Amino acid sequence: MEYINLLFSEIYKILYVLIPVLVSVAMIVWLDRRIWAFVQKRRGPNVVGPFGLFQTLADALKYIFKEIIIPASSNKIIFILAPIVTMTLALIAWAVIPFSEDYVLADINVGILYIFAISSLGVYGIIMGGWASNSKYPFLGSIRSAAQMVSYEVSIGVIIINVLLCVGSLNLSDIVLAQEKIWFVIPLFPMFVIFFISSLAETNRPPFDLPEAEAELVAGYQTEYSGMMYAMFWLGEYANILLMCALGSILFLGGWLAPMDTPLFEMVPPPAWLILKILFLFVLFALIKAIVPRYRYDQLMRLGWKVFLPFSLIWVVLTSGYLLYFDLLPVY
Amino acid sequence: MLAHAIFFYFFSFVAIISAIMVTVSKNTVHSVFFLILDFISISCLFIMIGAEFLGMIMLIVYVGAVAVLFLFVVMMLNVAQQKNQWFKSSDTSTHIPIGLIVSLIIFFELIIVIGGWKYKPDIIENFSDNLISNSTNTHTIGSVLYTEYIHLFQISGMILLVAMIGAIVLTFRKREGVKRQNYFSQISREKNQGVELVEVKSNEGVKIDV
Repeated sequence: MEYINLLFSEIYKILYVLIPVLVSVAMIVWLDRRIWAFVQKRRGPNVVGPFGLFQTLADALKYIFKEIIIPASSNKIIFILAPIVTMTLALIAWAVIPFSEDYVLADINVGILYIFAISSLGVYGIIMGGWASNSKYPFLGSIRSAAQMVSYEVSIGVIIINVLLCVGSLNLSDIVLAQEKIWFVIPLFPMFVIFFISSLAETNRPPFDLPEAEAELVAGYQTEYSGMMYAMFWLGEYANILLMCALGSILFLGGWLAPMDTPLFEMVPPPAWLILKILFLFVLFALIKAIVPRYRYDQLMRLGWKVFLPFSLIWVVLTSGYLLYFDLLPVY
Repeated sequence: MLAHAIFFYFFSFVAIISAIMVTVSKNTVHSVFFLILDFISISCLFIMIGAEFLGMIMLIVYVGAVAVLFLFVVMMLNVAQQKNQWFKSSDTSTHIPIGLIVSLIIFFELIIVIGGWKYKPDIIENFSDNLISNSTNTHTIGSVLYTEYIHLFQISGMILLVAMIGAIVLTFRKREGVKRQNYFSQISREKNQGVELVEVKSNEGVKIDV
């Protein structure tokens, strides 16, 4: 009986995080399309519901009732597994995101490593989808995407090391609490910019959306997918984007902390600050999609390996030298 | 404790089954996927005994990087379907003796290490004299790795660097007649270098790309 109670309370807590995430993924797809449309002086989706808010729900309903087509020459088990892997990995990373000091599902000691590990597993959904489709466009798209994600993960890892040097802990709540005096975006501003660009590349967003460059590769690894399986890829992708925004606001923008200690700001509940910061970063993501042209593939690789990696490595040396010289290293 | 036991047996069962499937499965790509499953369950076991740092590093390094390269090689070389399987084919394979020797050596090495723990229990205590209790195992690993074993750590880093440079040198060759893109010359091109206005005479045409 005790076990069953424990199990139900855990499931309740999981749903308490998961359902808001899924709903906000649906809303964020709508927001993305609206911002994209406003930049291009179009109206965007504005018919279904107030301001077109229910457009994503209508789309999801359409995908559910569409037929799932599995190509005859595909590797069926892996073909079906690929969108499930993408979706699951995008959702389980939310377990360690702290929404406020006590509103976190799993407050583990290696939270940042957990998120890093899960996002490095995200490559598999794409490789599996591309290979199992047994077709040229998906395969080329998935290989491009895997190379891109592996290269940009390296620079994200080095940027995370910069932040960890200032914090002295791998726990995400500790990372937020270390920013009570000053948000890391101010001392580590260049790292914030590089982190933002790398997370664009990591989530295959424009201008780095080469895996699904429609002029060359039709739709990349998603070409053979249809119906609900395509929708799962698509939801997983947006959940990943939201996760990268959350990670950026936790690492650099002070997570759930208010900008200042004024009574007016203290009235706002802490999770609302995190959500506002995530939304701010997401609006930047959406604007960049609308205004920047796509990169060429060799320039993408050059940017990752020859510019971002050396630059963030130099910043590790600078940060640690600064902390050591002024005796600011966090002691445990 | 019961839940702990259930999870332990679940992860070790998955680890052993997938390790067997790596060698048995017909399709090489499937073998790599089973290898990944094996890595993941092993890292779950690491986390279960409280070594969460090792478990996460295992996930990041082996699953996130090494297995991706495995998968690339297997997919690119087009060796997906193996014609002869060692457990089915009639003609004897040359891989079995080598594999047996390697696995026997690994087995004996493991026995030696575990035997050291068994018959000299103070070995662990001698190694762990400067471990700080009540700190997380990330801090503990860091405080041992960067103080006592700093030379070994740096030597292993140098070996990896040499291996990386060696791999780059092996694949690097200069070929004639290959056009390379120079980034700086591409973006520093001006309008008067790139565009030329030519007066074209009728019926004569113009010669471009000189």
